[in-house]
Amino acid sequence: MAMTVHVDIVSAEKEIFSGLAEMVFAPAELGEVGISPRHAPLISKLNPGEVRVKVSDTETQEYFVSGGLLEVQPHLVTVLADTAIRAKDIDEAAALEAKAKAEEALSDKSGKIDYATAQAQLAVAMMQLRALDRLKKRGS
Amino acid sequence: MAVGKEIRTQISSIKNTQKITRAMEMVAASKMRKTKERMEATRPYSKKISQIIKHLAHANPEYKHPFLVEREVKRVGVIVISSDRGLCGGLNSNLFRKTLKQFTQWDGDNIEVDICTIGGKSASFFSRLETNLVGQAAKLGDSPHLQDVIGVIKVMLDAYHAGTIDELHIMYNEFVNTMTQAPTVEKLLPVVATELETDDLKGYWDYLYEPDAKEVLDNLLTRYIESIVYQGLVENNACEQAARMVAMKSASDNAGNLIDELQLVYNKARQAAITQEISEIVAGAAAV
Repeated sequence: MAMTVHVDIVSAEKEIFSGLAEMVFAPAELGEVGISPRHAPLISKLNPGEVRVKVSDTETQEYFVSGGLLEVQPHLVTVLADTAIRAKDIDEAAALEAKAKAEEALSDKSGKIDYATAQAQLAVAMMQLRALDRLKKRGS
Repeated sequence: MAVGKEIRTQISSIKNTQKITRAMEMVAASKMRKTKERMEATRPYSKKISQIIKHLAHANPEYKHPFLVEREVKRVGVIVISSDRGLCGGLNSNLFRKTLKQFTQWDGDNIEVDICTIGGKSASFFSRLETNLVGQAAKLGDSPHLQDVIGVIKVMLDAYHAGTIDELHIMYNEFVNTMTQAPTVEKLLPVVATELETDDLKGYWDYLYEPDAKEVLDNLLTRYIESIVYQGLVENNACEQAARMVAMKSASDNAGNLIDELQLVYNKARQAAITQEISEIVAGAAAV
C-alpha cells in the first residue's frame, strides 16, 4: 500500500474532511503546493482556490476554499479554511453574480468602495468559476 | 361561600407563574438544541487550531513572536463571557465567584487586572465593582457572529502588543452536559508548550513559513485567539440555555408543589366550614 498521511480539512462552520490520503494539493500563497507523506513541517497562508485530496489512485476529492491556513507535519496535514465547500456544491449562478458585482465595484473608481475588498471578492468568485469549469470538463 | 378566598387567589397567581416558567422552559429547551448544534459545529475548527498552536509552541522558531514569549507579569487582561439575560440559575454567579477568586489571588501577587466583558450580565456586574473595564460587547443574541467580538479581542491584543498587559485570560462556562456547566479559566497568552500525546515533535525543528514567519504567525495567532474566544462564546450560550431550562423546570416543579399544598389547605378549610355549618344546623334543630 502506498504511504498515506492524515488529512483534516475544517472550516469555521464544520469539519469537512478527515481521513488518510496519498497526497494533498493546496493553493499556498506563493503558488500551489503538493504535500506527500513525511513532508517537512510547514505553515502557509492559503489563497482562494481548490484543495485536492488524492485519497487513492482512482479517487480525488476537491474542496473550494476562499483562503485560510495550511499546517503540515510529517504525518498530519491540517487545512483551516475560511469557508470550504465541496467543489460540486458551488452554485454557478451565485459565483457569476458575485464576479459581476466585484467587477462592477472595481470599475467604479469613485473612491467610495474598498478597493482591496472588491479585489479579494473578485478573486474568490473567479476561483470558484475555475473550479467549476474544471469539474465540468472532467465530467463530460 | 367566602371560605378561603385568599387561598384561591394565591393558587391562581401561582398557576400563572407556573405557566410562564413552563413556557420559558420549553423555549430554552428548543434554543438549547440549536445553540448546542452551533457549538458542536465550530468545535472542530477551534480544536484543530489549538492543536496547531500546540505544535507551534514546541517548534524552535528563529523568529520569536511576542505571543509566544513569556514575560514578567505586572498586569493581566481578562475576557469574561457571560449571558446577556438572567433567569438562568447560578450560571453567571458561579462564573463571577470563580473570577473574583482569581482576582483576589492576583491582587495578592500585586498584579493588576484589565477586564473586557462579553455579555450584558458581566458588564453590569463588573461596572459596579472597582475594576478597570476596558471594553465590552453585549446583546449578541443567540447566534453571535465573530465580528461582534473582534473589537473586544482587538482591544486586548493591542494592549498585549503595547506591553500594557502581560497575560491574557478568558473566563467562560464550559458546556459539560445539560445538567453540568463548569466555570472555566483559560490562559490564552502567552502560548506555552504543553505535554504532547506523540513523540513526533521532540528534538530541534522548525516550520517552513510561507510567505514569511512574522506574517503567517501574526495571522495564525490572531485567528487562534479569535476562534477560542468565539468558541467560548457559543459554548457559554449553550450553557445559558441549558441552565435556564433546568432552572425553569425546577421553578415549574416548585410551583406545582406549592399549588398542591395550598389546594390541600383550601380543601381542609372548606371541609371544616361545611362541618361547622352542619353541626350548627343540627344543634339548632335539637334546640327547637
